[in-house]
Amino acid sequence: MDRRKSIKSILLGTVAGGLVVHGCKPEAESAVETAAVKSGENNFGRTPEEKEIIEKLNSEQFFNEHELVTIAVLSNLIMPPNDKFGGATDAGVPEFIEFMAKDIPELQTNLRGGLMWLDHKSNTDFGAEFKSVVEEQQKQILDLIAFYDSEIPMDKQPLEIQFFSLMRNLTLTGYYTSKIGIEDLGYKGNMPNVWDGVPEDVLQQHGLSYDEEWLSKCVDQSKRAVIAEWDDEGNLLT
Amino acid sequence: MQIKESSSVYDAIIVGSGAGGGMSAKVLADAGLKIAVVEAGPFFDPADPEQTTQLKWPYESPRRGASTIRAFGEFDMAYGGWEIEGEPYTRKDGTKFDWFRSHMLGGRTNHWGRISLRFGPKDFKHKDVDGLGDNWPIGYEDVKPFYDKVDKLIGVFGTNEGLPNDPDGFFLPPPKPRLHELVYIKGARKSNIPVIPSRMSMLTKKINNDRGVCFYCGQCSRSCQVYADFSAGSCLIFPAQKSGGQIDLYVNSVVREVTTNEEGKATGVSYISKDDRKEYKLKGKVVVLAASACSSARILLNSKSKQHPNGLGNSSNIVGKYLHDSTGSSRAGFIPGLMNRKVYNEDGVGGMHVYTPWWLDNKNLDFPRGYHIEIWGGMGMPNYGFGFNPNEFNKFFGLTTGGYGESLRKDVKKYYGSVLGFGGRGEAIAREDNYCEIDPTTVDQFGIPVLRFNYKWSNFERNQARHMQSTFEELIHNMGGEVLGDTPSKEEDYGLLAPGRIIHEVGTTRMGNDPKNSVVNKFQQLHDVNNVFITDAGPFVSQGDKNCTWTILALSWRTSDYIVEQLKQQNI
Repeated sequence: MDRRKSIKSILLGTVAGGLVVHGCKPEAESAVETAAVKSGENNFGRTPEEKEIIEKLNSEQFFNEHELVTIAVLSNLIMPPNDKFGGATDAGVPEFIEFMAKDIPELQTNLRGGLMWLDHKSNTDFGAEFKSVVEEQQKQILDLIAFYDSEIPMDKQPLEIQFFSLMRNLTLTGYYTSKIGIEDLGYKGNMPNVWDGVPEDVLQQHGLSYDEEWLSKCVDQSKRAVIAEWDDEGNLLT
Repeated sequence: MQIKESSSVYDAIIVGSGAGGGMSAKVLADAGLKIAVVEAGPFFDPADPEQTTQLKWPYESPRRGASTIRAFGEFDMAYGGWEIEGEPYTRKDGTKFDWFRSHMLGGRTNHWGRISLRFGPKDFKHKDVDGLGDNWPIGYEDVKPFYDKVDKLIGVFGTNEGLPNDPDGFFLPPPKPRLHELVYIKGARKSNIPVIPSRMSMLTKKINNDRGVCFYCGQCSRSCQVYADFSAGSCLIFPAQKSGGQIDLYVNSVVREVTTNEEGKATGVSYISKDDRKEYKLKGKVVVLAASACSSARILLNSKSKQHPNGLGNSSNIVGKYLHDSTGSSRAGFIPGLMNRKVYNEDGVGGMHVYTPWWLDNKNLDFPRGYHIEIWGGMGMPNYGFGFNPNEFNKFFGLTTGGYGESLRKDVKKYYGSVLGFGGRGEAIAREDNYCEIDPTTVDQFGIPVLRFNYKWSNFERNQARHMQSTFEELIHNMGGEVLGDTPSKEEDYGLLAPGRIIHEVGTTRMGNDPKNSVVNKFQQLHDVNNVFITDAGPFVSQGDKNCTWTILALSWRTSDYIVEQLKQQNI
């Protein structure tokens, strides 16, 4: 079975139904559905060899159904939807994490072990797996592992804190590299435009200004389409 | 297996299609010569929709741009990397040299930083200043006319500042500084560190009717589909083809050796086709090696014959010696004054709009030779890694780090664009005992013996890196910022990166007047064989505190003019 389809069916089919049966929150269900819509289509300048690598990774499955749903729940707690933007699952974060776990196998043990830790903790404290307990209980567990002492290097921190840090990193990077996340961030570039300096209100906000002398050397954007010519001394004439 | 030999004889065979090979191809083809360009990698055109990565979004990739496959992220336009499967290199005696190769038409010019600095008068004669290394057999005045021509042909923005060792040129006007660059200028001035507009080869203004003008996406490392940045394929080889040049492109063709005749003269090259893994031969009157400093040295060392038992052009035993890369050390700072930014498009050109050329006198310092400062920062496009440790800077305000939920959104926005980083790029002293050689125990997948590197930094370079670090810290403090990470210790070479990491390796076939201690003469012609030339950075005697590409281009043009003249006069 095609790997992408299988993930889709995991997220849309049996599992989504399962969530409903288990009385999970309705927003989690819709979030999971959207997550399965789309990821990379490989049309971004891959060489044939690079395409093959991606296809091979896509044909493999690392996380099982239970792990994927737990990742979906967890990533949505890390980056929940708000009234303007979708959350982590809307942004395709679970699929992204599934891919990265195969792309960078060094991540696997930490991720998988951390998910087991999460269920163990949840079972011990609340008598059910992490994905099935109510949000308040989920957050009680996260509150134990989500904060870290920035004076201690991450690799010297307890495993569960390392796990959560990795999950947070992957969730945020997955979210902010998605269409939704880029819109949320407000990044305005990656399109043809003409750079003509920092907007005046921004200069004022930061208490900065341009030197007139410096500006006089910079490109006059109204003449950018005029072919450059110089005198013998290197002075631009056009 | 019989080696397939072509019957036609080229006027010149050029090995490699990057800056040096591209320029040789352009000059020789424009002179009406019939040439072959032999490139180890595939054909590449940044305008080909199947190949371009420019203007792609991170979500078009399942790994969101992570560097798993391409070393500088998967939108970077270099096929190859630090390690290439089936094409190893080795290191001796604890050497940490790393070798970046890009096998494709245009080579590493497709992704490079486009920092286009001329060497100054002092850079060619630095032994006269401090007694170290060697002088070049040529001076700035020999190269200046070619720098001028390169400026006009290819296009470079910058400003004429009248600096003694950072010569003026024929510049296109530079783009205005970005916000973080204004912060940098202000901070640098507090320490009397000069800042001037960058000198980079993107077209801020039209230069001819074949190439487009920069549209400020900041993605030059992805190679520009309107040819508004310099890449050797789009700016040299394609135009030469278009204007009727007789150029045969041999792609996916890995040159094994230069072939020679009974008199010891070069007759052409033999190469292995990656497509059918068979060996072929091409015949030419002249062979121009431009495969990169180390690859050209490798080809010479592998070209052994009865007449050249020590490898071609290696009677001096100097091929591979004097290998040196720029020094490099980096640091970043968090600038609270750049928090809570209004978001607007500040992609600009790919890389910095301002930089600091070397500004001090080494007489008062514990290291010779200088470095320039490159800076980065701003509100770039998110890619893999964006959002990692999203509120780490909370620690500077006594706030907790970590957490989850809606507050992370606010943290990410609060800190977006508030980091500014520096790269110092300096000059190392070329030494005979830093070298590459053939590893007698290892071949690549084509059966070609591979290179083995021997390289050690000295305290000159370490002390220079220490100076970079203290300068960076001072600059960050001047900007009201917090330095990120600890000051690199002596044990960490003060943050000095491993040789090779700056990808400016030069010097393996250095030029000189004395055939006993140099490989090529001042026209980059082998002392031993007069119809073999080298137009990559191998002939560099030293490298200045400048990036090497603009000098590769100027010298390649100079050598190629010389080849045309020598062929006309039937001297070769």
